[in-house]
Amino acid sequence: MAKEYETVIGLEVHVELATKTKIFCGCSTAFGAEPNTQTCPVCTGMPGSLPVLNKQVLEYAIAVGLATNCDITRYAKFDRKNYFYPDNPQNYQISQLYLPICRNGSVEIETKEGGVKSVGIHEIHMEEDAGKLIHDEWDDCSLVDYNRSGVPLIEIVSEPDMRSAEEVIAYLEKLRLIIQYLGASDCKLQEGSMRADVNLSVREAGAKEFGTRTEMKNLNSFKAISRAIAGETERQIDLIESGEKVVQETRRWDDTRGESYAMRSKEDAQDYRYFPDPDLTPIMVSDEMLADIRSRQPELRSEKMKRYKEEYDIPDYDIEIITGSKHMADLFEETTAICAQPKKVSNWLMGETLRLMKEKEVEVEDLRFSPENLAKLIALTDSRAINSSVAKEVFEVMFDTDVDPEQYVEEKGLKTVNDEGALKKTVEEVIAANPQSVEDYRSGKEKAIGFLVGQTMKAMKGKADPATVNRMLKELL
Amino acid sequence: MANIISDETIEYVGILAKLELSDAEKEQAKSDMGRMLDYIDKLGELDTTGVEPMSHVFPVHNVFREDVVTNGDTRQQLLANAPEQKDGMFTVPRTFE
Ligand SMILES: [Zn+2]
Repeated sequence: MAKEYETVIGLEVHVELATKTKIFCGCSTAFGAEPNTQTCPVCTGMPGSLPVLNKQVLEYAIAVGLATNCDITRYAKFDRKNYFYPDNPQNYQISQLYLPICRNGSVEIETKEGGVKSVGIHEIHMEEDAGKLIHDEWDDCSLVDYNRSGVPLIEIVSEPDMRSAEEVIAYLEKLRLIIQYLGASDCKLQEGSMRADVNLSVREAGAKEFGTRTEMKNLNSFKAISRAIAGETERQIDLIESGEKVVQETRRWDDTRGESYAMRSKEDAQDYRYFPDPDLTPIMVSDEMLADIRSRQPELRSEKMKRYKEEYDIPDYDIEIITGSKHMADLFEETTAICAQPKKVSNWLMGETLRLMKEKEVEVEDLRFSPENLAKLIALTDSRAINSSVAKEVFEVMFDTDVDPEQYVEEKGLKTVNDEGALKKTVEEVIAANPQSVEDYRSGKEKAIGFLVGQTMKAMKGKADPATVNRMLKELL
Repeated sequence: MANIISDETIEYVGILAKLELSDAEKEQAKSDMGRMLDYIDKLGELDTTGVEPMSHVFPVHNVFREDVVTNGDTRQQLLANAPEQKDGMFTVPRTFE
């Protein structure tokens, strides 16, 4: 294989917005409801129903556009994309083709060579999500739940500016961080609140023209995206090398099998016959509206990092990690607001939290423990009600189930025994049972006391303060 | 009639609209569609230089609603329309992606 190829990638990223209600009706978007209990005539496409735009959707879309250097379209409108599919009750999806809300933006990513690269954003448009199809193997049919129908999405369409899986991941991570900081979405790939379709083509290195591209769907983790890019690049190069042609088509990535297959085109040509939706009025974005959204734009990461440096006495490295995720930064700030101990909060996040996240493969967005409970745990250790190893044990339970540490410690009887009499009795027993260590210590082997502390802690089932035990041993010896 | 609709076109439009037309209906549709396009051509004779494309028939814009839940659970009414249902969902023929 003498020829060198270049991979050209553009992304279509769908992000589910964090509104309380759907894009065109007052149905709740809350996750996990019984099927079809969050529906109404609008989101189930009943004749005569009238959609009305949720203002928050527009504001989130504009906020994301501003944060990604887009031009905001001052006169925007909605169009109907026509197709038949059971998850689409209206037989059209309301989207934006002709006048999308944001255009011509860019996002800067760091390349692996350490440089900075700008990835262009072609446009961002608002649209509605479809319902969910569940396949019923038992009755060999499909079941439709319209709770998700009408949930607001923005679709962020990049320019074909990326050349590798690393660049794609860097771009997605950057987008995710921006959107999370704006509070516009939680952007969870696994749960589908952020979905990326990869448009990919290959061409001989140096060629001016793009090759024929394919669109790949069903990518629900960064790892799957990387593998799909590698797999599709190889497939296209193989086709070209063997003199065949790449067919422009939509392919579905099967991550367990590590290969993609062409999705059966929905029986007929992709001819969506877009036209302006007459049910929705045009949107005119005034200077005042833009200024208002700009003024309410939350603090971005760079601003937050600067503020942390000024406000909190924590290392730069901690600031880097904590502000690397909106959720982590919120946890840090909210806990610190309660207990006023930024250093201790940071230590819990940087130490045990990161360790358990890695061990249990938990994403930062899925951290469960509340700031209130972390603050309580810090208070418990400060007052020496529990020692540090018990604290770690309790934290692990909080990490899994967000228990109230005060209650948990009480119920499980983990409190340090502060009854000096009881402790003294145990210490005396340990001294009596370990004459060798006692002799070692007395003959100058300072380290021998460590063993005696350990024995005492064991006898106390961990519920003693090691410093107190240490002091008491020294007194008695 | 200036616009002649071909058999292929009417076939294709039928597929997109999920309509099965008889031969007689096809002929009727071809002639109707031809006349519609003639009318559109007529509109095209007007000089519209400098006229913004119209995107809504009424001079209204920015009709919004606040992000507040106003709808409750109306699943029973919704499913009353379902020819078949199971577990609170509509039953449809097995559909692949
Ligand atoms: Zn609804």
